[in-house]
Amino acid sequence: MAGKDTIANNTFECLKCGIPMEPGKVTVSYMGSSFPVDLLKCKKCGLVLITEDLALGKMLEVEKALEDK
Amino acid sequence: MDHKQWREFEEKCIQERPPACVTACPVHVDARSFVAEMKNGRFNEAFDIFRKTVPFPGIIGRICDHPCQKACKRGEVGDPISIAGLEKACVQMNSARPAKITAPARKDKRVAVAGGGLSGLTAAFELAGKGYPVVVIEAADRLGGTLWEIPEEVLPRQVLTGEIAVLDALGVQTRFNTRVGREVSLQELCREFDAVYLGFGKNSRDIPGLEPDSRGRISINPVTFGTSLEGVFAGGGMVRETGYSPVGSLSDGRRAAISIDRYIQKVSLTAVRENEGPHQTRLFTSVKGVEPLPAILPEDPARGYTREEALLEAGRCLQCQCLECVKSCEFLAHYKGYPKKYARQINHNLKMIMGRHEANTLINSCSLCGLCQEVCPEDVNMGELCWQARVEMFKKGKMPPSAHDFPIREMVFSNESLCALTRHQPGHASSSHIFFPGCQLSASAPEQVRKVYSYLTERVDGGVGLMLRCCGAPAEWSGRTELFEAGLREITEQWREMGSPKMILACSTCYQMFKKHIPGIEIVSLWELYDQFGLPEGAPLRGTGPVAVQDACTTRNERQIHQSVRNILQKLGMDIEELPTSRETTECCGYGGLMLFANRELADDVIRRRAGESAADFVAYCAMCRDNFAARGKRTYHLLDLIYPGAGRPSPGQKGPGYSQRRENRVRLKNKMLKEVWGDTVTEQKKSFETIKVTIPAGVSDIMEERLILLEDIQKVIEYAERTGNKLLNRANGHVLACYRPVAVTYWVEYTALEDGFTIHNAYSHRMEVEGNSQ
Ligand code: SF4
Ligand code: SF4
Ligand code: SF4
Ligand SMILES: [Zn+2]
Repeated sequence: MAGKDTIANNTFECLKCGIPMEPGKVTVSYMGSSFPVDLLKCKKCGLVLITEDLALGKMLEVEKALEDK
Repeated sequence: MDHKQWREFEEKCIQERPPACVTACPVHVDARSFVAEMKNGRFNEAFDIFRKTVPFPGIIGRICDHPCQKACKRGEVGDPISIAGLEKACVQMNSARPAKITAPARKDKRVAVAGGGLSGLTAAFELAGKGYPVVVIEAADRLGGTLWEIPEEVLPRQVLTGEIAVLDALGVQTRFNTRVGREVSLQELCREFDAVYLGFGKNSRDIPGLEPDSRGRISINPVTFGTSLEGVFAGGGMVRETGYSPVGSLSDGRRAAISIDRYIQKVSLTAVRENEGPHQTRLFTSVKGVEPLPAILPEDPARGYTREEALLEAGRCLQCQCLECVKSCEFLAHYKGYPKKYARQINHNLKMIMGRHEANTLINSCSLCGLCQEVCPEDVNMGELCWQARVEMFKKGKMPPSAHDFPIREMVFSNESLCALTRHQPGHASSSHIFFPGCQLSASAPEQVRKVYSYLTERVDGGVGLMLRCCGAPAEWSGRTELFEAGLREITEQWREMGSPKMILACSTCYQMFKKHIPGIEIVSLWELYDQFGLPEGAPLRGTGPVAVQDACTTRNERQIHQSVRNILQKLGMDIEELPTSRETTECCGYGGLMLFANRELADDVIRRRAGESAADFVAYCAMCRDNFAARGKRTYHLLDLIYPGAGRPSPGQKGPGYSQRRENRVRLKNKMLKEVWGDTVTEQKKSFETIKVTIPAGVSDIMEERLILLEDIQKVIEYAERTGNKLLNRANGHVLACYRPVAVTYWVEYTALEDGFTIHNAYSHRMEVEGNSQ
């Protein structure tokens, strides 16, 4: 589920902190499993961007796989 | 379910039983597969199948007395398949290489086979094949016995001698010109050999030392072929009651050989020998709708089938199997198996601890509609099995949350005080009846609930109370037994408080749930009451039509409801067209068992298939049937649309309300009833997120519907984002993107703030928790 976002790094900014979102390590978890992924996040407040492509693509796939484990 | 119950379920489905031709054949040639290969012109492959169970295929293929044909199912629609004719064509025309014979390792126990006819040759072939040194004792000076009496045109001599020569390759020895009882006594044979097989053919005589039966034949045990003398077995023409049967002799020789092997190995002669000889199959094969076809006759009967003729004849074979349930159920067809196979997969799925539970979706896709049981000759109910599996999965925490979360939340919402209501009729301190419209009718057509309630209060004496809530079916269907039972307890308590009145049910699913799970409550279907009391004043006489009745799958066994619905339609002046399957064999609309949520594509297929069964408009009497068909473009009335044309949908083509609207309708219905029927003052309290004003373009609300995202989810995200400032800006288009997790789902909304509210551009969700985004 690597965050291989096709979006240019500068497209999104955190409105709260006023800084662009940058790639960084984020822990995601479901059904008792956790793992680190590279995603765009705000270095200051930690808000993470999950794009539609990711949510309905790779992430959904991983969710299904974990549900069937 | 315990192991035994699973086994029983698996055993019940007879799809894997052999066809009638196979069980009628004394050596169980797999005639179905054989004929299938012949049909495709694959004579070599067909020959391989034939010789797998037949030791002297060239001989038997030419002379078999084909008891299989009498049993052949094709005989019920035309002539039976000429299996023997096809075998003859196969042995004549195949170009398969002769089977490779390799003599196995020699055993030290020796067997004598007296009589070189078909049964003796077979016994010798089988025993030598197992490694026993075999000596064939033959009265004449050659092997074959009565086979030599068959005309040469039928059984060419080089075929006869060629096939018998196989025994040489297996190391079988012979003593010619030796008659048992003359040149050698049975006792001498018993001393010299460890076991003896007697197969003298039809011209046999008394053997000193063996008991004859009342007709002078040697008496044998029909299972083991053992005679009265230990270690001596007999079969073939000498023991047969009916006439000459080459394939019967083959079977005798083989079965006696099995006994001899067991006898020498000192194991049970009788264990597991059912179905060894010819018997009847339990396989059911429907010939309904099969066009009768006569047999293809060979142009030259003496020669038999040409290649082309054989292909045509084989093409008539029904390839017998059951699959009655699979033919009726899209779900069963979708997974390309049948209940016996599915039961194995499900059992495996439940037992597995590590690894992918591949059958989860299968288990959750069944609509639990019970049609399979209705059409199955063995009464198999796949729905019961899938439901049991869900209960077990849920109990073990193995139920995928995504399968049923949403409908369960809908159910919980319907039972919260916002929507739920239980009251006596105004002006009454007690109720003789309670009207229970169900959560889906309340959501789909609240105005109709209002109409029905006034109708009932006008016609029914003793006070008609009202109970608004969900019966709990989604909990039951999803295997959440405790949640379901808690709901039932609530219903039962309230019902008692109301004085235990009779319940009037508008929804077939509620009806089924009440009947099955709270048998103490007396129930009646709303449709029976309309039938009994007559239509309300002002109900139109339409006289249009015809309409096709979509019986709800949960009324499958409720004949009185089927009839009432038809009576009502008749009173409305509608022409009724019956669908190819209706009443007891009706099909589910895709909502049952929550199929729609666990496997939407399949539910779509189910709905499409059903909708395609008639060009006529449908009439449904379940709100979910009505909305599901209409949502996929099938014009469908709800029965109440016809009774109250002003109070429902303007047209049968109109789609039902979306999920958000359904919630709102339930809330509004309660408030409206309180205000208008009971005269209460209702103060609607808005939660802070509900004050968020949003504009949702049609395309986006379609997306929300498909992704099961509610208006309130959107409002909650925006309320949260605007309150906390936790939001992102997409510099490319200026849209704001924010997320919030009100339940076990994170919702993302892309929006733009307007002066007075927000425009929604997109919404999506995920279930995974993301560190940094959890509030
Ligand atoms: S109808 Fe279905 S479940 Fe019943 S025996 Fe046939 S294949 Fe098996
Ligand atoms: S129709 Fe075909 S499969 Fe069925 S009994 Fe006849 S030969 Fe066998
Ligand atoms: S959907 Fe209905 S007919 Fe099909 S397997 Fe399930 S209960 Fe049986
Ligand atoms: Zn920030």
